[in-house]
Amino acid sequence: MLRWVLLLLVLATPLRAEKVVLGLSRDEVAITATFDGSNILIFGAIKREAPIPADTELEVIIALAGPSEPVTVRRKERVAGIWANVDAVEVDAAPSFYAVLSSAPLDEALSAVEDLRNDITIPRAIRSVGAPMNVKDSEAFTRALIRIRERAGLYQVLENSVDLEEDTLFRGQVTLPANLTEGPYRTRIFLTRDGSIVDVYETEIAVNKVGLERWLYELSRNQPLLYGLMALAIAVAAGWGASTGFRLLQR
Amino acid sequence: MTIWDMLIYLPIAEVSVNAALLLGLGGMVGVLSGMFGVGGGFLITPLLFIVGIPPAVAVATSANQIVASSVSGLMAHIRRRNVDFRMGGVLLVGGLAGSALGVGVFNYLKEMGQVDLLVNLCYVVFLGIVGFMMLVESLRAIQRSRMQGGGAVPQRRKHTWVHALPIKIKFRVSGLYISVIPPVLVGVAVGMLAAVMGVGGGFIMVPAMIYLLGMPTKVVIGTSLFQIIFVAGFTTVLHAATNQTVDVVLALLLLLGGVVGAQFGTRIGTRLKAEQLRILLAALVLFVCGKLALDLLLTPSELYSLGTAGGE
Repeated sequence: MLRWVLLLLVLATPLRAEKVVLGLSRDEVAITATFDGSNILIFGAIKREAPIPADTELEVIIALAGPSEPVTVRRKERVAGIWANVDAVEVDAAPSFYAVLSSAPLDEALSAVEDLRNDITIPRAIRSVGAPMNVKDSEAFTRALIRIRERAGLYQVLENSVDLEEDTLFRGQVTLPANLTEGPYRTRIFLTRDGSIVDVYETEIAVNKVGLERWLYELSRNQPLLYGLMALAIAVAAGWGASTGFRLLQR
Repeated sequence: MTIWDMLIYLPIAEVSVNAALLLGLGGMVGVLSGMFGVGGGFLITPLLFIVGIPPAVAVATSANQIVASSVSGLMAHIRRRNVDFRMGGVLLVGGLAGSALGVGVFNYLKEMGQVDLLVNLCYVVFLGIVGFMMLVESLRAIQRSRMQGGGAVPQRRKHTWVHALPIKIKFRVSGLYISVIPPVLVGVAVGMLAAVMGVGGGFIMVPAMIYLLGMPTKVVIGTSLFQIIFVAGFTTVLHAATNQTVDVVLALLLLLGGVVGAQFGTRIGTRLKAEQLRILLAALVLFVCGKLALDLLLTPSELYSLGTAGGE
C-alpha cells in the first residue's frame, strides 16, 4: 500500500513542481463617496523545487470575477411599427465584473479542455442553463450581454498584459471601473504549460462600501421606512431653506 | 481635480456620476418647476436614464427631488398669495385615492409584462394631447388679446356642465363657485396617471385646472405645486419602504440644484404673460413627447438590454 502511495507521489510531483506565491497591492477596495475606480496590482513569484523545464513555455493567467447574479437579457423587435421588448432570456449567473489577463494570447496559453474544466474565459464564466422555448438563438443573448458589459468596462480581456520575467516573477494590473458592485471578488491565478494548468492559486479581494456610503446603504435596507421619511425630511428642509435663503438675500 | 469633474459614488444606484452634471440637471428642472408649476418628473426621469442611473432608482429618486423643488416653488407662491389651499385639498383627496388605484393598475400591468412600453406609450399619448391642446389654445388667446388691443384678458368663465353639478363650494382664491365633484375626479385621474407613469402629474394637472375647472393661470401653478408635494412625498416613502430604490445622495445633488432653480423659475414666471407661459410649457411638453416617440419608432443602436432578473 505504502509503495503505491509513494509511486503516486513521485508521479504527481512533476505536475506540482511549480507553485504560485502571490502578492496583491491591496486585498480590499473601499468604495467611498468620491470613489472613481481603482487599480489593483497583482504580482507574485513562481516557486519551484526542480530546474525550469526547457521544453515548454510557462504562461500565467489571472482571472478576477465580481459577485455573480442572474440577469435578464431582452431583445427589441418591431411590433406594429414600434420597437418593443419581445424575447427575453434569463441568464442564471453572470459576474458583475470579470477580467482575464494573460501573459500570451489566451488560445495559446490555455487549452479548450482546461477552460471547460475551470471556467476561465468570459463566455465560460457566464452560466446560462436554458432559454425559453420560443427563443431559438439564445447564444445571441449571451453575446449581447458580454458586448454590453465589455463596452461598460465591466468585462475585460487583456491578453499579453501579464509581465513574466525569467519565468519566475509575474505581475499584472486590473483597472476596476467606478460603477462597482460590492462583494467578494474571486481572484484566480493559473500557471499553464502547453495549455494545461500546472498550478492554481485562489484568493479574494473584498470590495465594500465604507463610511457614509455604508451607513446609508445599510439604513435603506434595514430601516426602509425610516430611510424614506429621512429622504422626505431632507427634501422639505432643502426646499424651505432655499426659499427662505432667497428671500433673505433679496432684503 | 476641479469641481467640474468630481465624481460621486451613489450608494443605492451603485454607480459613480459627475456631481456638477447632477447639480446642473436639478437646476434646469427646478427652473421649469418654478415657472410652470410642474414637478419636472417627466423630464428628470428620462434624463437620469441617459446619465446611466438604473431606471428603478431614477423613478423613485426623482419623486424625492420633486418634493424639494415643489416646496421651494410653493413657498414663493404662498408669499404672492397664489395658492388656493381649499382647491388643493380637494384635489389632493382625489389624488391620493387615484395614486393608490394607480399602483394597483401598475402592479397588474407588471404581471402582464410590457410595463415599460405601456409607460412610454402613456407618455407619448398624454404629452402629445396636452401639449397640442395648450399650444392651440394659447396661440388663440394671444390672437384674441391682440385684436382687443392687448389690454383686456379674455373671460373664460363660461357656464358648462361643470357648473350644473351639486355640492358646490366657494373657492375664493380661484374666484370659483363650483361643485367638488370635478376637482375630485381630476385629482383621481391625475393621481392614477402619476402612479403609472412615475411622475408628480403636474403636466396633466395644470392644463386640467385651467381648461376643465376654469381656474386662473396664476393660481393654478401654486395650487398644483401644493398638491404635487403630497403625491410625490407619498410616492417617495412608498418606493423607499417597498423597493428600497430611493438614493438620498443622488436626490441631494439634484435638489440642491433644484431648489435654487425653482426660485429663479418663479421669478421668471411672474414676469411672463400667462399666454406666453403656456406656449413655452406646450413647446416643452411637445419636445419631450417627440423625443419619446422617436425612441419608439427609430431602430435602436443596441437591440438588447439588460435587466435584473425578476425585477421586470
